Amino acid sequence: MSALESSSAIKTEKLEGWNRPPVIEPDGEGELMEVAMGPHHPSTHGVFRMDLALDGERVIRLKPVFGYLHRNHEKLGEGQSYLASMPFTDRLDYICSLTNNWAYALAVEKLIGQAVPERAEYLRVILGELTRVQNHASSIGFLIQEMGASGTPLMYAFREREKILDLFEGLTGSRMMCNYMRFGGCRVDASAAWLDAVRKVVAGLPGFVDEFERFLTSNEILMARCQGVGILRPELAVNAGVTGPMLRASGVNYDIRKVDHYGIYDRFKFRVPLGDHWDVYDRYMIRILEMRESIGIVEQALKDIPGGPVMDQKAKIRGLRPKPGEAYGRIEAPKGELGFYLQSDGSPNPYRYRVRPPSLINLTILEDMCLGQNVADVVLIFGSVDIVLGEVDR
Amino acid sequence: MLGEGILKGLAETAKNFAGSFVSAERMTTVQYPEERIAPVEAARVFPFLVYDGADWEAGMRCVACQICEKECPPKCIYIEKSKDKKPDALGKPQFYPAKFDIDVSVCMSCQICVEVCPFEAIKMDNEFELATDDRFGGLLQDRKQLAKSNEYYHTIHPTEAAEVDARLAAEKTKAAADAAAKAARPPAQAATPAPAQKPAGGGE
Amino acid sequence: MEEIKAAIEAAVPGARVTIVTNPGPSAQHSLRLEPESAVAVAKFLRDDAGLALDFLSNVTGVDYLDKGITEKIQVKRQVTKVVDGLEQTVEETAEEIRKRVEPGYLEVVYHLFSVAKKHGPVILRMRTENRTDKVELPSVTPIWRSAEFQEREVFDLFGVVFKGHPDLRRILMWDEFKDHPMRRDYVDPDDYEYEPTAHDKVLARAQAHQAGEQAEAAQGGTRP
Repeated sequence: MSALESSSAIKTEKLEGWNRPPVIEPDGEGELMEVAMGPHHPSTHGVFRMDLALDGERVIRLKPVFGYLHRNHEKLGEGQSYLASMPFTDRLDYICSLTNNWAYALAVEKLIGQAVPERAEYLRVILGELTRVQNHASSIGFLIQEMGASGTPLMYAFREREKILDLFEGLTGSRMMCNYMRFGGCRVDASAAWLDAVRKVVAGLPGFVDEFERFLTSNEILMARCQGVGILRPELAVNAGVTGPMLRASGVNYDIRKVDHYGIYDRFKFRVPLGDHWDVYDRYMIRILEMRESIGIVEQALKDIPGGPVMDQKAKIRGLRPKPGEAYGRIEAPKGELGFYLQSDGSPNPYRYRVRPPSLINLTILEDMCLGQNVADVVLIFGSVDIVLGEVDR
Repeated sequence: MLGEGILKGLAETAKNFAGSFVSAERMTTVQYPEERIAPVEAARVFPFLVYDGADWEAGMRCVACQICEKECPPKCIYIEKSKDKKPDALGKPQFYPAKFDIDVSVCMSCQICVEVCPFEAIKMDNEFELATDDRFGGLLQDRKQLAKSNEYYHTIHPTEAAEVDARLAAEKTKAAADAAAKAARPPAQAATPAPAQKPAGGGE
Repeated sequence: MEEIKAAIEAAVPGARVTIVTNPGPSAQHSLRLEPESAVAVAKFLRDDAGLALDFLSNVTGVDYLDKGITEKIQVKRQVTKVVDGLEQTVEETAEEIRKRVEPGYLEVVYHLFSVAKKHGPVILRMRTENRTDKVELPSVTPIWRSAEFQEREVFDLFGVVFKGHPDLRRILMWDEFKDHPMRRDYVDPDDYEYEPTAHDKVLARAQAHQAGEQAEAAQGGTRP
């Protein structure tokens, strides 16, 4: 039995309508070629497999297969306390560890009804937006690398990313696995020297984005390969649960920072870029524009950051026993809507600990976007979804 | 003109390429291991046990309360309490760890053990060259390998160590003041009845 | 919450909806749906102009184990007793201790938001009847496409069978895997690699497993 057919005994039932992938008829004669793209593949952003059925170069069927990095993070969360799960959230989307921490801290704070001091909120915004900048930079870098640019734009992006990661190391102690947010604030305070270092790095970031854009945006090869490829209709995007830059590139104005008003985002002026053409080029442009907006937010936050404690004095770190109940907390992570659903039964460990992974849910319509396109375009479309396998598989 | 965008991009690359010969900012590569970047003060790699003074066994601050063992997320710490007690920094007899093993291959440098320790006994080191060719024993650091002096702690984390010392000194003076107040209380108290009464102030 | 419940019951005849209050501080209450009317309710929630819940954000599975309940029940019994020298049948109330098992269930929780109206979350729940054989629930994938992978994950890790799902197979575990890992009574395999810090139960199990394997190999390797 080929891997493309449903391999368990559940029969598929025909569904009406538009929310199944369109059926593409193969053109040529002869059989379809079945190719497994991955899991050992330089362009699949990790261990990820796509079972393709090809008619020449055109994709007729595409089934994503993952689970190679499944560590059952949710069951680990059930077996240990709320604090002990915090370092594990770093390892979900391992490129953006601080936003993962923030989403988890937000969910627990909702569960226990904990308030966060002002300075901690400002620090969270600064770190969250810096995370967004470095995530979008490396995401664009990897996308261009998969187009064949052999890593040069990627290394430019990584040069800036290293500066941001050095900032993280100076504050949290670790470049990538930061483990910094706590329930009720942040772990340590930021010194004035560190804030000055941030100001210096942020002063250089607009120049970097300009250089990046001069490099790439009007590049004819980029435009020829990305424009008109991987079009995602807005209605389909909303119905398929797509969030983040992918959703906004399909023209839907939904940014959780503006919708949920979590943290102190209401105090900052920033725009939400939207895409007109819903293709890969739009997703690339949205990420560049979001980088600029994030830099603006960090500058505003650095101007206004107040003094004060960074941790609520009455907040418990060890031995947290929330009252029975449940909470769902979500943030606008760089990849989409990252949510944590926690159910407590009064014991120190959560009863149910669930991560809503944006990368997994954004992959739901990968098949729809790729059908009828060439294999080379599949690589691009997949790169523009911007997934991290740590989050998809947890 | 077709190709204008590509030419603009190539100009950027050429600028960076030429610039890398002249401007120090563009030469971001550090030739490790001949050159090393100075470690950042906040960096955390692997825990170590702090001891005061010269003798690592007598001066070890750890009292084997096992809180770090319980809170460690990947459960990399293994502690066995001693049977006898030895006096700690404040002079009170406390247990000490007969065995204190941390597994290098399991520890994920999250620093939670440092956060929850009530006795400032375990801190984070920034020594990262821990590789060895003995896959089982070599990666299990025991009590002796983990013990490092307070002076060493001052060299790697100066501000943190200064704060910890200040806190411990404050605790010591407070304990001394409490003991002095107890001793200075009038001996008329001893004449009160109820001989089965426990001596006051013996709690931890 | 009450208005949504009233609107659902008005629009979808025969739908039974109960409000499940959330006792904690987050005050996120949910609506419990019955499986028969769930798809119709879902369609109403998505298409209604006022609610416009067009975005299904999160599908979660939760496992509740069977509970053993010990109850003290007052039982009336007919007893023959000697009263005033005469045998009579008298009614007596006695206390009996009865043990029963309340069946556990698998629950699926849905978090819905509205992109058009920018409100939410509206939380829905559905429960199966028990954990062993009656584990079917209707799938909402025909209504919200985002449920496709998430319901596959709930099937894979909990064992809830979704009727109407177009492609229900395991997603994170490999296809030949048996058992459902996220269930609370899941026992993980005992052939861990020996680690220096394994001790107590983990060490005992690993050593027993290794001893078993060595004994089998010594016997001539019957297992592949």
